[in-house]
Amino acid sequence: MRTLADLRPGESAVVRGLNTPGRLRRRLMDIGLIEGTKVECVGISPLGDPSAYLIRETVVAIRHRDGKGVRIF
Amino acid sequence: MGLKLHWRVRETGGAQGKSAPRTVAVAGNPNVGKSTLFNALTGMNQHTGNWPGKTVGSARGYCESRRFRYELVDIPGAYSLFAHSAEEEVARDYLCFGRPEAVLVVCDATCLERNLNLVLQILELHSRVLVCVNLMDEARRRGIQLDLKALEKRLGVPVVGIVARKKKTLNVVLDALDQLMEQPEKTPYKFSYPASVTKALTKTEALFVPWPRIRRQARWLALRTLEDSEALKGLLASHTEDRPLDVPEAETVLAEAQTLLKQAGVSREALRDLTVQTLVLESESIARQCVVRRQDRGYSTRDRKLDRLFTGRKSGFPIMLLLLMLLFWLTLTAANVPSVLLSRALFTVQDWLSGCFHAAGVPEWLHDALVLGAWRVLAWVVSVMLPPMAIFFPLFTLLEDSGYLPRIAYNLDRPFQRCHACGKQALCMCMGLGCNAAGVVGCRIIDSPRERLIAILTNCFTPCNGRFPTLLLLLSMFLIPTSNSLLAGALSAFLLVCLLCLSLAVTFGVSRLLSGTLLKGMASSFTLEMPPYRRPQIGKVLTRSLFDRTLVVLGRAAAVAAPAGLLLWALQAVCLPDGVSLLTGLSRSLDGLGRLMGLDGILLTAFLLGFPANEIVLPIALMLYLSQGSLTELGSAMELRTILAAQGWSWQTAVCMLWFTLFHWPCSTTLLTIRKETGSLRWTALAFLLPTLVGILGCILLAQLGRLESLLF
Repeated sequence: MRTLADLRPGESAVVRGLNTPGRLRRRLMDIGLIEGTKVECVGISPLGDPSAYLIRETVVAIRHRDGKGVRIF
Repeated sequence: MGLKLHWRVRETGGAQGKSAPRTVAVAGNPNVGKSTLFNALTGMNQHTGNWPGKTVGSARGYCESRRFRYELVDIPGAYSLFAHSAEEEVARDYLCFGRPEAVLVVCDATCLERNLNLVLQILELHSRVLVCVNLMDEARRRGIQLDLKALEKRLGVPVVGIVARKKKTLNVVLDALDQLMEQPEKTPYKFSYPASVTKALTKTEALFVPWPRIRRQARWLALRTLEDSEALKGLLASHTEDRPLDVPEAETVLAEAQTLLKQAGVSREALRDLTVQTLVLESESIARQCVVRRQDRGYSTRDRKLDRLFTGRKSGFPIMLLLLMLLFWLTLTAANVPSVLLSRALFTVQDWLSGCFHAAGVPEWLHDALVLGAWRVLAWVVSVMLPPMAIFFPLFTLLEDSGYLPRIAYNLDRPFQRCHACGKQALCMCMGLGCNAAGVVGCRIIDSPRERLIAILTNCFTPCNGRFPTLLLLLSMFLIPTSNSLLAGALSAFLLVCLLCLSLAVTFGVSRLLSGTLLKGMASSFTLEMPPYRRPQIGKVLTRSLFDRTLVVLGRAAAVAAPAGLLLWALQAVCLPDGVSLLTGLSRSLDGLGRLMGLDGILLTAFLLGFPANEIVLPIALMLYLSQGSLTELGSAMELRTILAAQGWSWQTAVCMLWFTLFHWPCSTTLLTIRKETGSLRWTALAFLLPTLVGILGCILLAQLGRLESLLF
């Protein structure tokens, strides 16, 4: 199952759902990551983590560990 | 001037003229120009910057329109009212329980959809809402077209398009606000939740309606109750005397509502998802209708290129270090000449003052106390601090305005994650470069309380502006062999960056230590918004950083320096029974520890007396060395070096002094701020002890190494 963390810079995907509970779920949904949202990975931090994603017209940095909570198509 | 502004600015409170002011909250996502609008309207100079989390705490200001007098409350930026961080909590609490008469929501025209999330949440809470769509010019430049009329229709509240940086576009804001105030209140915006949820919601809502103070927020409160009634009870308890959930029928009503939800198959978790989803989808649908799309989807080709450069694997760190070096180099080279001129001027004033005092027949001791004590230290501090600050702060503000700082946090997140801390700590450290007290307050942007404490406790490991002059002087006196000023400047800048890297490394170490011991825990999740790069407004930056920061910091230092000079003189003048002055007695008693640390008693005394402000440490030390009187005129670095060498200084002393300048107790202002932010004396004590221990132990180690080295060679 692919997650946001598997996305390489330049790749795009569509959010399938969240498989993480609690605060993180809330936060991810708050930045607009709900089912059907288009996401593009636009870069990766020089030290390899976090990565930057273009989500609903905003660039947001998300750590790999947190990105694993977002399933993508 | 062509256009006349019809509002006047009053910075102080008190109801004058028109009837009592109407309170209006200014809300919005972080980094949308909220503070710029607030400043333009009220004339207050609240500092603005291009990174999320700039407004910490809430500022108030006044302005007048044709009809009313308004009290504007600038609340911290928030993405949503489902509070995640301490500052989002402040925003939520004020909007829910602060009872403003109206809310002005500022949006960014270049990413309206994202901003609508908050707008909709506020619409659920308040009926008198004015939506200001800011940055219309930037949107136009990027080829984004907004249909504000359609937006107004969809939201059911007035919408105005503005450019907050241009004052003349702001008249419409006050006009619209006047109109809004005169209209009768409408019922709050209602979302289309599924029927089952609506039923449960209406039932719960009835509990809140009998309480006039929170009636308007009934629907929002009802929704939060269904999600988590215990959390909401806590929230109510801390903000209002109303207890709608403690009435006898509350339990049955809540149970019924929960049953309704259960029958519809909506669990508590699902309800939360549903509310957030409804918001996101509603925003999406409104944006689709009101925004004419453009190609780049919010991330322009220019920004892509810049990010590839500033956060690239190979280029990210070199550019970061080069930028810092450039910053220091410009500061150093440009500050040299004015510093010397200023010092000459101020000491000329001193001679003149002396002359006046003598002519007026003022007693000698009073002359010494005021002129040789207070004035001299003040003159020293001003001439050493003002020029570098007047250059450093504007330059730093340019960086801040451009949107570069969040990229630093992005680049540095990994090591912070390794230390089980938050990448946003890097932003607090950047603020700490200016002033540690500001950095400590800035830690509110960190969501997790544990990580926020780590950031607070380690903030003063970042050298603040008050310590730079000392560091620079030490560097130029002892570690820079050349007298070629350009080369020397570049070398000092390089060494300063090295020192910053050292303080960063120690910050990592101490953060890791804290999260392994007292503040055990793993790194929590975090998201960091990276705003679009913006061209800084150079003229504004220059004036604002000069007035807001430079003069404020200088004023504070000066306010401390003059009394400290007086105290210093008094300590010198008052003698112990054995004929030794208090000051000499103090420095003698500290001499043992001082020598062990590679310093001496005088330096430790200076650090102790410099507790109110780090700026005065070196002046005091020099004054003590030369003393037996008071401070002499500030000569060149080489002259100072000769003086210090005569007092037994070697380059090892300078190294230990550098270390101790970087790492010792926070100044009194910072400690007071930490006490306020943590609300605990114990954490404040720890914030004092941690850097002090690192400083003392590090110095002892360095001194021993130095001794070893001189034994060997």
